[in-house]
Amino acid sequence: MISKTSVVTIVDYGAGNLFSVVRAFRYLGATVVITADPKATIKASKIILPGVGAFGAAMEAMRSRGLDEAVCAFAAKGKPILGICLGMQLLFESSVEFGFHKGLALAKGSVKKIDLLKNNDSYNIKVPHIGWNSVLSNVEKDHYESNPLMKSVSNGSFFYFVHSYVVNPVDMQTVIATTTYGQQCFCSVFNRNNIFGCQFHPERSGEVGLKVYKNFLDTNM
Amino acid sequence: MPSKCIRIIPRLDIKGPNLVKGIQMEGLRVLGKPEDFAYQYYLDGADELLFIDVVASLYGRNNIVEIVERIAERIFIPLTVGGGIRTLKDFYSVLRAGADKVALNTAAINNPSIIRDAAKNFGSQCVVISIEAKKNDEGYYEAYTDNGRERTGVDVFEWAKRVCDLGAGEIMVTAVDRDGTGQGYDTRLVEKLSKNLPIPVIAAGGAGKPEHIVDVINTANVDAIAAASIFHYYYVLSINKETKEFEEGNLSFLTSIKKGDLSHLLIPEPVGIKNLKDILKKVNIYCRV
Repeated sequence: MISKTSVVTIVDYGAGNLFSVVRAFRYLGATVVITADPKATIKASKIILPGVGAFGAAMEAMRSRGLDEAVCAFAAKGKPILGICLGMQLLFESSVEFGFHKGLALAKGSVKKIDLLKNNDSYNIKVPHIGWNSVLSNVEKDHYESNPLMKSVSNGSFFYFVHSYVVNPVDMQTVIATTTYGQQCFCSVFNRNNIFGCQFHPERSGEVGLKVYKNFLDTNM
Repeated sequence: MPSKCIRIIPRLDIKGPNLVKGIQMEGLRVLGKPEDFAYQYYLDGADELLFIDVVASLYGRNNIVEIVERIAERIFIPLTVGGGIRTLKDFYSVLRAGADKVALNTAAINNPSIIRDAAKNFGSQCVVISIEAKKNDEGYYEAYTDNGRERTGVDVFEWAKRVCDLGAGEIMVTAVDRDGTGQGYDTRLVEKLSKNLPIPVIAAGGAGKPEHIVDVINTANVDAIAAASIFHYYYVLSINKETKEFEEGNLSFLTSIKKGDLSHLLIPEPVGIKNLKDILKKVNIYCRV
């Protein structure tokens, strides 16, 4: 069981549906703090950067509240941060979603669109990528199994995805797991030191998704 | 290389506090409590759940928002809610209750700009357009509203293109004539839609045996299938063993089923979700296990 002192802070920059993320952490017994306050963000012990929506609008919303600097200051303390879906993409340096936008640059790399495939005049692979897909270890077996976020999560487990863009990390060692959609293989779990990201939605991925959140609550940094 | 992972989506029609099911969208029968069925489907590996309020009473007594709120406490897969959603405020109410997506039909036909507004405010992934399709006397597929009762004069294929342009994230197409009959999906309708659209298409209406589901997946290039009776009838006896009383609605169907009278089921081969996925796997259809 999770100790009563387990607290997670969700950064609410005004974009996206936080309700299911909040419910999942509460279900796991955590105390959930939702904040749009930069000071509370810096002082948090663990933060979640959620996200549904567009990259540029999300960064703008964060900047207007001073949350971009707060999140970077928090990360600089070495405390764990988990970006989910768009939240993971925001951790990177830039995106080309609806024009060029700068990100938080806590991770090296950029964000690009999933290639739409049209064969024989019919759409086979559709964008957005909506649905379940398997998440496979991209690193040595021990490295995946010892990753704090993926502990006890079987290699190849299915998670729920909803996205049109993917991250393209520079350092392949930070790509903990990948997922293949159509012809495209992309990074679905990212980790470098205290910075974590997952392209899928753990709060919508059943028991295995809850396990990922529990692992994040159990990180000790 | 595996192709796309097909989603299996139980559809739960709700009236007041009850799970109901009709035939060709009429003649509703009470099957039990939606919460019980939803949780069982979650445990058995449903990939998403779809809830449709068939009387569209969003804020009435025993409204669907409250039901979804209870369900979302312990179910962690995507939930789609539809029926009676007309405004962005309605959207927000159901998302707040725990839904991830909203299914629109009547409101979108009456006011197509709601699709664009909702996509802009909540993201395209939130907006599922439900199309009730019926071949009319003039020989073309016409979009219907109000559970297949009201004609709109709108051509299904033109409408589907238009909702894509307006920012819809997915399209669910229900063949009204097949709904609840167990005769199989209208694969031609679904195939024509799916091949011409860049967004995911969910086939609905008509599943009576696992073979029908295999058929529509193999021939119509769909991303997901929704089905109701084929699942409900598989679980109805085991789920209602414990439940003592029900409020409201015509319970005669439930009572007769409990007495072991299955003669008027119409569905040739009800199937559990786990069993269905085993069958799909055997014919090399990629799905989550």
